[in-house]
Amino acid sequence: MENLNIGQHISRRYNEELEDIRNRVLAMGGLVEQQLQDAMSALEQRDEDLAAKVVESDYQVNAMEVAIDEECNVVLARRQPAASDLRLIVAVIKTITDLERIGDEAERIAHMAGKLIGDEKTSRLFTQVRHLGHHVRGMLHGALDAFAHLDTEKAVEVWSEDRMVDREYESLMRELMTFMMEDPRSIPNIVQVMFAARAMERIGDRAGNICEYVIYLVKGKDVRHTRLDQAGEE
Amino acid sequence: MTSAKNIDPQILDASSAPGSGAADDICLEVRDLNMYYGDAQALQSINMPIQRKRVTAFIGPSGCGKSTLLRCFNRMNDLVDSARVEGSILLDGEDIYGPGVRVAQLRQRVGMVFQKPNPFPKSIYENVAYGLRLQGVKSRRTLDEIVEKALRGAALWDEVKDRLHDNALGMSGGQQQRLVIARAIAVEPEVLLLDEPASALDPISTLKIEELIDELKSRYTIVIVTHNMQQAARVSDYTAFMYIGKLIEFDLTNRIFTNPREKMTEDYITGRYG
Repeated sequence: MENLNIGQHISRRYNEELEDIRNRVLAMGGLVEQQLQDAMSALEQRDEDLAAKVVESDYQVNAMEVAIDEECNVVLARRQPAASDLRLIVAVIKTITDLERIGDEAERIAHMAGKLIGDEKTSRLFTQVRHLGHHVRGMLHGALDAFAHLDTEKAVEVWSEDRMVDREYESLMRELMTFMMEDPRSIPNIVQVMFAARAMERIGDRAGNICEYVIYLVKGKDVRHTRLDQAGEE
Repeated sequence: MTSAKNIDPQILDASSAPGSGAADDICLEVRDLNMYYGDAQALQSINMPIQRKRVTAFIGPSGCGKSTLLRCFNRMNDLVDSARVEGSILLDGEDIYGPGVRVAQLRQRVGMVFQKPNPFPKSIYENVAYGLRLQGVKSRRTLDEIVEKALRGAALWDEVKDRLHDNALGMSGGQQQRLVIARAIAVEPEVLLLDEPASALDPISTLKIEELIDELKSRYTIVIVTHNMQQAARVSDYTAFMYIGKLIEFDLTNRIFTNPREKMTEDYITGRYG
């Protein structure tokens, strides 16, 4: 079904319920995006307060996940959605799980920031991590954008970026290992950076998942565990 | 627009249908069927296969022709003076509108149950035995056996075995409907046509009828017309969506209710303006 129209149900309240769920997912996405941005800044600027703020906002993200989940359950029970409505609900339930996990990863990155504070030597590592971080933040933004506009082209585009993120992550790992071999005293800090990079790589995966749900929602096609060239066709 | 010529053969793939295992072949086949009430065309070039020992549901808004189509399967429309049928419906490969077809015999092979339970004002036993007596079965033992088998088949035996000779009109609506199904299956039809069989029943009786449909499909080909879309989703293997006399989409029920091909189908089953 190319022409998804969320509204236009005979029941106005049903329209409102679905619209509300969608808006809440986007609000939750915005919050997680902010969380990730703050976590990155906290890491770059060694800003302890900002790191604490990220940890704090995770409660809010969790609460939103629970509330949206509940709302989806109510729609399933009361409306017995079918076709695109059903796919919307299923896609939302999955999307918010991934968003919540992205929030957790952001929290993890913020924690790393806290542990690195005061150490100057690691700064050169950050150019690399920052690049990876920007990349996955862009992916998250793109995935949410694709969700908001039900844009499968955008979804496929963002989804395909995950491969680049993986490559970037691998080359960063190699670099970090070289650093550790050069200077074993840097290992404790580099391990923290590795954890942060790992968290970012996972965020890229999860943003990719959200893109898969968008494709499922719009086309009714499950592209999980398929190759990009297969998913892109049609 | 769907016609039998472009119905994806994969749709009829047994392995993709739920509850497969029974022989998967076409029991009834509608070919280029047009049907008129006087000058008004009620059905327009319908092409559709009905799979044997599967449940096929017809859905669509009032007046879309789903009951009219159902009635074509046992030539109920013959009773309407102005009704005229073009095209053919093959039952096991033979045109039921062909010359030399005996309608009484056809209706024995293709039984029908209506929206409102219509038991005869006779005993429960006599209701079920009615068709057999018409066929000339006289042996008490044979009748007893078949009546019990039919009542068991309609999941009614345990409720009525001690009052087989009570008047059927004293039963509840749900029981009456199952009695009518027992009466239909007593003559061992191939096909059961159900026209809104549960729409006059309470939710629990409705579930019992749906459960019964699920059991009956191991022996009969079932075609059901229903206004209740969730019911179609629950009981059927295939769903046909009709709109003003046309077949808009025919597919596996699983597909129709998760990812229909046609926008009209989508709009109808999700409750949107068409």
